[in-house]
Amino acid sequence: MNRIIVQLLKKEFILELRRKSVIAGLGLYLFSLIFICYLTFNLKQNAISPATWSALFWLTILFSVVNSVAKSFIGEKKGVFIYLYTIASPQQIIISKILYNALLSLLISLTGYLLFSIFIFNPVQDQLTFFLVLLLTSIGFSTSLSLISGIAAKANNSNVLMAVLSFPVVISILLMAVRATKNALDGLELSASSDELLNLLAINIISGALGYILFPYIWRS
Amino acid sequence: MLPIARCLLPTELKMKTWLKIVAVVLLVYVHAAGLLMDVPRLNILNETVRALYFHVPMWFGMVLLYMMSVYYAIRYLRNPLSDFDTYSVTYAHVGTAFGVLGMITGMLWANYTWGSPWHGDPKQNGAAIALLVYLAYFVLRGSLENEEQRARLGAVYNIFAFAAMIPLIFIIPRLTSSMHPGSGGNPGFNAYDLDSRMRLVFYPAVLAWFLIGLWIVNIRVRVKKLEEREIQR
Repeated sequence: MNRIIVQLLKKEFILELRRKSVIAGLGLYLFSLIFICYLTFNLKQNAISPATWSALFWLTILFSVVNSVAKSFIGEKKGVFIYLYTIASPQQIIISKILYNALLSLLISLTGYLLFSIFIFNPVQDQLTFFLVLLLTSIGFSTSLSLISGIAAKANNSNVLMAVLSFPVVISILLMAVRATKNALDGLELSASSDELLNLLAINIISGALGYILFPYIWRS
Repeated sequence: MLPIARCLLPTELKMKTWLKIVAVVLLVYVHAAGLLMDVPRLNILNETVRALYFHVPMWFGMVLLYMMSVYYAIRYLRNPLSDFDTYSVTYAHVGTAFGVLGMITGMLWANYTWGSPWHGDPKQNGAAIALLVYLAYFVLRGSLENEEQRARLGAVYNIFAFAAMIPLIFIIPRLTSSMHPGSGGNPGFNAYDLDSRMRLVFYPAVLAWFLIGLWIVNIRVRVKKLEEREIQR
C-alpha cells in the first residue's frame, strides 16, 4: 500500500519535471499576479498597511493554488484514469494527490512569500508562526481542493466550476489563516495564535478524512 | 426507528395529517403570541427582540433540513436509489429557501438594531457563505448531464460542503467578538435569559417551521415523482 503511494508520488514529480512549461507557467502566473499588485497599488516602501499586505498575499496565494491544484484531475487524459484505476486503489490515489498538492502549495506559498518580500515588503515579525500558518494552509488547500478538482473534472465547464465549488469551502481555512497571519505580523508569540493553528489543523483533519472517505465514490465512474 | 421519527421522514406516503394540523395550529399560536405577548424591555433591542420568534427558527429549520439532505446523500452513496437523490436535493432546495428567509429577516432586524442591513458581522458573513456553498451545489448539479453521475457527485459535494459549513456558522462567530446575540463566547440566549416566557413561544416556533419545511419537501417530492411517472409513460 505505502509502496504504491510512493510510486504514484514519484510519477507526479517525474511528470511535473518533464512538462517544464507547466511549472514555468505556474511560476509566471504567480509572478505576474504579484507584479500586478505591485504596479496597481503603486507601492513604495511601507506604503500599505500590514493588513492590506496580508489580504493581498492570501488572495494571490489562493488564486495560484486553486489554479495549480485544479489541474490535478482536470485536463488529464481519459486513458490515464483508466490506467490508474487498474493499478491502484482510490485511497492510494487520493493520498498521493493530497501529499503532492500539499508540497506544491507549500512551494507556491514560499515562492509567493519570497516575491512579496522582494517587490512589496516583508512585515512579518514572527517567522515561526508565519511558516506554520503557511504549512497548515497548504495542507488545508490540498485536502479540500484535491477532492473538488476530482468532482469538477467530471463536469463540462470544469474551470468555472472549480472556482465556484472551491471558494466557499476554502473560506474557513482562509479566515483562520488571515487571523493567524495578523498575529504573526504584529509579532505576537506563537501561543497567541495557537487557537487559530489548532483550528486550521482540525479543519485539515476533517477535510482530509472526508476526502479519503468520499473519493472512492467519484473515482468509480 | 421510533414511530414518531418514522412519521417525520416523508416516505412514499403522504405526510401524516395530524402533523400538518399541529404545524398550522402552532404557527397561528406563534404569530399571535409572538406579536401580542409581553417581551422583556432590553436596551437597543426593544421590540425587535420579537425577531427571535421569526428569524431564529429559519436558521434552525435550515440547518435541520440540510442535515436531512446530508442524511439522504449518505444513504444514496451507500445504496444508489434515485429516490434518495430526489429527497436529498429537495431538502437542500427547501433548506436554502429557509436560509434566504433567515437572511432577509436578519437584515430587517439588523437595520433597526445595528443601523444597517448588512453589517459585516461574522455570523452574517458565515451565513452568506453557507448559502453560497449550497448555491454552488445546485450549479454543480445543473452542469452534469448524466443523471447517475449528477446524483453521485452531488451527494459527495453535499456531504463535503456540509462539513465545511459547520466551522463557518458554528465555530468562527464564536471565536471572534460578534454583535449577534448568542455569539461571542457562549451560545444560547444570554440576552434573553431575563425572561423564560420567550421560550414558550420560541420552541414551538422552531418545531412548527421545521414541520412546515418537511411538509413542503413532502409535496415537492410527490410532485417530482408524478412528473417522472408522466415522462416514463
